[in-house]
Amino acid sequence: MMTYEVVIGVEVHAQLRAKSKLFCGCGTQFGLTANSQTCPLCLGLPGTLPVINRAAVEMAVRAGLALNCTIAANNLFARKNYFYPDLPKGYQISQYEEPICEHGWVETTPADGKLRRVRIRRAHLEEDAGKSVHVAGANGSLVDFNRAGTPLLEIVTEPDLRSADEVVAYLKSLRDVLMYLEVCDGNMDEGSFRCEPNLSLRPVGQKEFGTKVELKNINSFKFVKDAIEYEIKRQTKVLSEGGKINQETRLWNLDRGETAVMRSKEEAHDYRYFPDPDLVPLKLDRDWIESCRKQVTELPAARLQRFISEFALSEYDAGVLTVSRGVADYFEAAVKLFSQPKTVSNWVMGELTRELNNSGIDASVSPVSPERLVSLLQLVEQGTISLKVAREIFPEVYRSGKTPEQIVQEKGLVQVSDEGALDQIIVAVLAKYPSQVAQFKEGKQQVLGFLVGQVMKSSSGTANPGKVNELLKKKLVG
Amino acid sequence: MEITKQDVEKVAKLARLELTENEKAAFATQLSQILTHVETLREYDTTGVELTATVLGQVNVFRPDEPRPSLPVERAVANAPESADGFFVVPKIIEDRQPL
Repeated sequence: MMTYEVVIGVEVHAQLRAKSKLFCGCGTQFGLTANSQTCPLCLGLPGTLPVINRAAVEMAVRAGLALNCTIAANNLFARKNYFYPDLPKGYQISQYEEPICEHGWVETTPADGKLRRVRIRRAHLEEDAGKSVHVAGANGSLVDFNRAGTPLLEIVTEPDLRSADEVVAYLKSLRDVLMYLEVCDGNMDEGSFRCEPNLSLRPVGQKEFGTKVELKNINSFKFVKDAIEYEIKRQTKVLSEGGKINQETRLWNLDRGETAVMRSKEEAHDYRYFPDPDLVPLKLDRDWIESCRKQVTELPAARLQRFISEFALSEYDAGVLTVSRGVADYFEAAVKLFSQPKTVSNWVMGELTRELNNSGIDASVSPVSPERLVSLLQLVEQGTISLKVAREIFPEVYRSGKTPEQIVQEKGLVQVSDEGALDQIIVAVLAKYPSQVAQFKEGKQQVLGFLVGQVMKSSSGTANPGKVNELLKKKLVG
Repeated sequence: MEITKQDVEKVAKLARLELTENEKAAFATQLSQILTHVETLREYDTTGVELTATVLGQVNVFRPDEPRPSLPVERAVANAPESADGFFVVPKIIEDRQPL
């Protein structure tokens, strides 16, 4: 049987995090009342003129630089002409011949641990379309233009990918980069990061590409993997049986777990691109590009490596801490104040992340600031409270807005290390458990743990466990 | 340049225009004439001349990223032939979305 190699390229539409639309001042917030974010311009009414949003251009340049692209000095905007109910003007303003970013690459490491470089063919600025809603049984479809005109960066790879795992790894790396740069919120459910893989098979060893199929309607990494794996199987079967692949667009059907041909009119699309006469050219001089470069922050992959070398963290810890920029920034701010990276890492990945996940917020807006977390760690470090107490009061520090010191004072949780005070408790415990004391003296060492536990219990957890251990031993042996 | 009736039909279809047979014939003649006229420009050597996207001479006209008030929903849909709950109502879309 013939074996086939799969060749995949990916198109991503990333919504840029501008507050207003690409060519008008309407807001870009998701989920608002239908058509409440529209104006004569984004509704395509006559007599309006588009003016480009400076922040959107800067975000595109920043993304392009981070993706190792060449930034075009001369930018043109083109009209892509077609009719569709969610496209108010009868054309979409996009870029055709001169995309803002070209010839870049993204590095990614799929599950096999081998680094890949995925080439970016181009990334261009364009406006989004509206959204249509189909109500079952209704005579018509409903259209909401809130999204129409929202700035998008369309990022297109070369056909460099060879498996579903590689595609998912690439998409994750790309999304990390865009989120780190704060140019895209990466929310796949809300459509801020949409991906469309195109895929073809060819017999192993053949140079020419096979006929490609585009996949759409994929809004999670899992579906990307499922859809590609399904499609590889489907095409392998067709080809093995001597059939031919049609060049078509197929939609992922989640319920059936399969792809199906998109219903579409027969005619080939002919977009008749031409320069939009309503927009003046965009010339990006070197200074402009350099000022954008300054805003390109350290990217996740580089930061992960730095966390390993600078803070001696494990690859796992460094990976978890650099997954989001908020968490990484938080960690670094805390480490600056408390130079025990491993301790800080444990707290950030453990207690802090748990609370943040519970309340569904990002580390950048954590109610417990890095300074406050560090003040808690210092209480442990100084021996004022035990590690156990620190862990126990963390949820309260998080929720109450009180400082750790306040909580410790109020609850009388200051750790007791004073020998006199501990001695009293120990004497009482030993008197209460004479048989255990006898067992210990007969050589049953494990009983010590029980006795330490009892001392801790009668001190309500405030006794310094190390001290208790030491004093108990002295009493029993000496 | 010769524009055939088939060319006119294709362009009309892309522009969603319905033309009578007479109109198709008339437009084929007229479009041929226009393109023939434009072809005379080919006599000029344009090597090294940049594509003219605008004749205004202006570059880099920006808008700051500041949201401005939108229309009230009832005004946004006021001119729609049909609307419901603030949505524009269009003939039922059976074709799945192709472009973008």
